[in-house]
Amino acid sequence: MKRAAALALLVVAAPAVADTPLPPAALADTQLPDPHQEAEARALMETLRCVVCQGQSIAQSDADMAGQMRAMVRQRIAAGEKPREIRKWLIDRYGDYVSYDPPWSAVTAPLWLMPLALLIIGAWIARASFKRRKRGQG
Amino acid sequence: MIAEGGLAALWFAAALALLQLVLAAVALSRRQTAIGVEDMLAAVRPIAIVQGVLVVLAMLLLIAVFVESDMSVRLVAEDSSAAKPLIYKVAGAWGNHEGSMLLWVTILGLAGAAVALFERTLERKTLVATLGAQAAIALGFYAFLLFSSNPFARLDPPPPDGQGLNPLLQDPGLAFHPPTLYLGYVGISVAFSFAVGAMITRDVGPAFARAMRPWVLAAWIFLTIGITAGSYWAYYELGWGGWWFWDPVENASLMPWLAATALLHSVTVLATRDGLRAWTIMLAVVAFSMSMIGTFLVRSGILTSVHAFAIDPKRGAFILALLVIYIGGALALFALRVGTIRQGNTFEPISREGALVVNNLLLSVILGIVLIGTLYPIVAAAFGTQLSVGHPFFDSTAGPIALALVALMGIGPLLRWRRDDLRAGLKRIAIPAAVGVVALVALLVLAPGIHILPLLGLALAAGVAVASVAPLWGRDLKRTPLFTYGMVIAHLGIAVSLAGMASESAFNKETLVATRIGEPQHVGPYTVTLLGVRPVVGVNWSAVEGVLKASRGGASTTLLPQSRFFSTPPQMTNESAIKTVLDGQLYTVLGNQDDAGRWQLRLWWKPFVTLIWAGGALIAIGGALSLLGRLRRERRARRGEA
Repeated sequence: MKRAAALALLVVAAPAVADTPLPPAALADTQLPDPHQEAEARALMETLRCVVCQGQSIAQSDADMAGQMRAMVRQRIAAGEKPREIRKWLIDRYGDYVSYDPPWSAVTAPLWLMPLALLIIGAWIARASFKRRKRGQG
Repeated sequence: MIAEGGLAALWFAAALALLQLVLAAVALSRRQTAIGVEDMLAAVRPIAIVQGVLVVLAMLLLIAVFVESDMSVRLVAEDSSAAKPLIYKVAGAWGNHEGSMLLWVTILGLAGAAVALFERTLERKTLVATLGAQAAIALGFYAFLLFSSNPFARLDPPPPDGQGLNPLLQDPGLAFHPPTLYLGYVGISVAFSFAVGAMITRDVGPAFARAMRPWVLAAWIFLTIGITAGSYWAYYELGWGGWWFWDPVENASLMPWLAATALLHSVTVLATRDGLRAWTIMLAVVAFSMSMIGTFLVRSGILTSVHAFAIDPKRGAFILALLVIYIGGALALFALRVGTIRQGNTFEPISREGALVVNNLLLSVILGIVLIGTLYPIVAAAFGTQLSVGHPFFDSTAGPIALALVALMGIGPLLRWRRDDLRAGLKRIAIPAAVGVVALVALLVLAPGIHILPLLGLALAAGVAVASVAPLWGRDLKRTPLFTYGMVIAHLGIAVSLAGMASESAFNKETLVATRIGEPQHVGPYTVTLLGVRPVVGVNWSAVEGVLKASRGGASTTLLPQSRFFSTPPQMTNESAIKTVLDGQLYTVLGNQDDAGRWQLRLWWKPFVTLIWAGGALIAIGGALSLLGRLRRERRARRGEA
C-alpha cells in the first residue's frame, strides 16, 4: 500500500507539461481532440502497466492511479512528446515493470531471442521425422 | 453434519485412490500367472468407479453447505453470504481456492470412473496402468486438500453472515467457465495417464493412439469452450472492451490448449500412419505439464492476476512440490522408456503428415513463447529485475508464427497422405490463395492504414475460410465421414475467430466523454444519448443505471449500463450494456458523475467482434462432430470384428 501511495504521489507530482484546453483530471477518461494524437496515446496506454492493479494496462483499469497515468500520457502527447520518450520517462521512474513491452537489455535479451531459437531447435528436431534423401539428390 | 460427511467422503476417496495405485503397481510388477494378480487386475476398475462416486459426493455436500449458507463452515463464512441468488451459492462453492481444488479433483475422479466404465478398446494391462497413473495424480491433490486446503473446516463461533463472494465472480460465467476449463485440464491428465500406461506396458502404436484420441478430443473441446467462455466473460464483465489480456492466468489456459491441439494432430498421425510415436508420448507429457503449471499459476497466486483469490505462499509451495514430482516423474519415465519406443514411420516432406509435423512444430514454438513469456518475469525477479511481459511481446513474436500456422492449416488438409505432388497441391490451393490476395488488395484500397498484423489476419482469414471447406469440394457429401465435417468446421472456426480478432483490432471505434443528459454522442454508426440516470436495487447490490438511447439509421434501442455497488464485500463493478447486431457490437459503460454534473460514458463500436467467440463455438462443435464420428467408426469396427 505504501509503495502504491508513493507511486501515486509521484504521478501527481509530475510537472504539468502542457497547456491543454481540458483540465488534466478530465483527460483520464476523455479523448484528445486530435484523433491521430489520441490513437498514439491509446496505443501507448495499452502497453503501460497499471502498477497498483492486478495485471491490467492503464488503458483498461478503473483504478484512480491508472486514470492519473492516462491523463498524464494524454497531456504529454498533446504537448507533442513522442510515445517513446514518455515510455522512457516512465521507465526511468518506475522501472521496467511499468512497460508491458520489455525494453531491450541484458536481462531481456534471452527473452527476445528465445522465439527464434525455439524455431531453429524445433525445425532441427522435426527434421528427424522426414525421410532422409540420399546425398546429391537433395 | 453435512460438512463432516463431505470430509469423510473425501478421506475415503483418497484411501481408495491409494488402494487403486498400490494394486495397479503390484499387479503390473508381478508375472501374470502369480497368485492373486488376476484378482488385483480385476479390482482396479470397480475401485476407480467407487472413488469417483465418493469424490462427487464430497463436492455435492460442499455445494449443499453453500446452498444452506452454513456459516459455521469457514469456507462459506469467508466466501459466501446468505443474501445471494441461488446460482451463485451453487457456483460459489468453486469460486474460492479450496472449493475450486475440490472441483478439480472431483472431475479427475469422474474422469477416472469414466475411463473404468467406458474404455473398451485398450489392452487390459495398459488400462490398469492408466488407472494407476490417474490414482497417483489424484493422490497428490487429495493430500493437498486434506492437509492444507480442507474445504470443510469449521469455524467456532460461526459469524452471523459471510463476507460474500467477489462481485466480479457473481456472474453466470462462474457457473460455466471453471467447470469446463477444469474438464479440459483433467481430460488432458487422462491422456497423460494413457501415455504413462502405454509407456509402462510398452504398447505405443496405432491401436493405443485410437484409444487415446477420443479423450484428447474431449479434453480439447472443453478447453476450447472454457477459454471462449472465459474470454467473453472478461470482455463484458471488466468493462473496457478487451477480450484477451495476455494475463498469466489466460496464458495458463492457452498453454494446455496449444499442447492439446498439437497432441490432437500428432495422435492422428500415429493412428493413421504409425509415425511420431515418441513425439506423441512427449506431447502428452507436455500437455499434462501445462495443465499442472496452469493450475499452479492460478492457485498459487505467484503471478498477479485477476484470478488471484486466496493467495497463500505455503499452498503455493505445496502445489509447486506436486508440480515437480509429477512433471519430473513423467519426464523421468519418458527418458527411461523413450528408448523402448520403436522408431515410427518417416515421411515425405510434401504430404499430409508432413504438414502435420510442421503444424506440431509451429504450435510447440508458440507454446514455448507463451510459456517462457509468462514465466520470465518470475525468473527476472529472481535476478533482481522487476519486469512485465505483455501484449506487445506476445503479439510481435507469437503473432506472426500463429499467422503462418493458420496459413498452413488452410493448405494441410488439401494434401494427400503419404506423398503428394507439389504442382497438384498448388493447384488445389489456387482458389483460396486468390481469395486471400483479393481480400488483401481490397483492404489496402478501401481501408488504408490498418496495422500489418490485423491486415494480414483479415486477408488470411478470408483465404483460409475458403480453403477450410475445400476438402468437401467434389466429394459425395452424404458419404463423407462425420470426422471430416468436424475438421472442416473446426478449421473454419479458426478462420472465423481470426477474422473477428483482426476486425476488432483494425476497426474498433472508441468514444470516451463526459456527457450531459440529452446531449447526443457519436461512436461508429451509432448516435448515443443519455436520457437519464436512475437508481436500481438487486438482491445483494444497489446500482446507478444509465438509460441510453442508441440510434442507427432510423432504428433505435435502449441500453441500460449500470454502476453496481455490492455491500458484502464492499466493491463497485461496472455492468456494461451491449447491443449485438449482425455486423458487430455496441459496447456501453456508465462511469462516475463529475463536479459539473456530467456523466462519464465509455462507448465502443466493435465491428464483427462476435466472430471471435462464434469461431470458438464452431471450433468446439467441429471437435464434437469429430469425436462422434470417431466413436461411431470405432464401434462399427468392433462390431465388424465380433
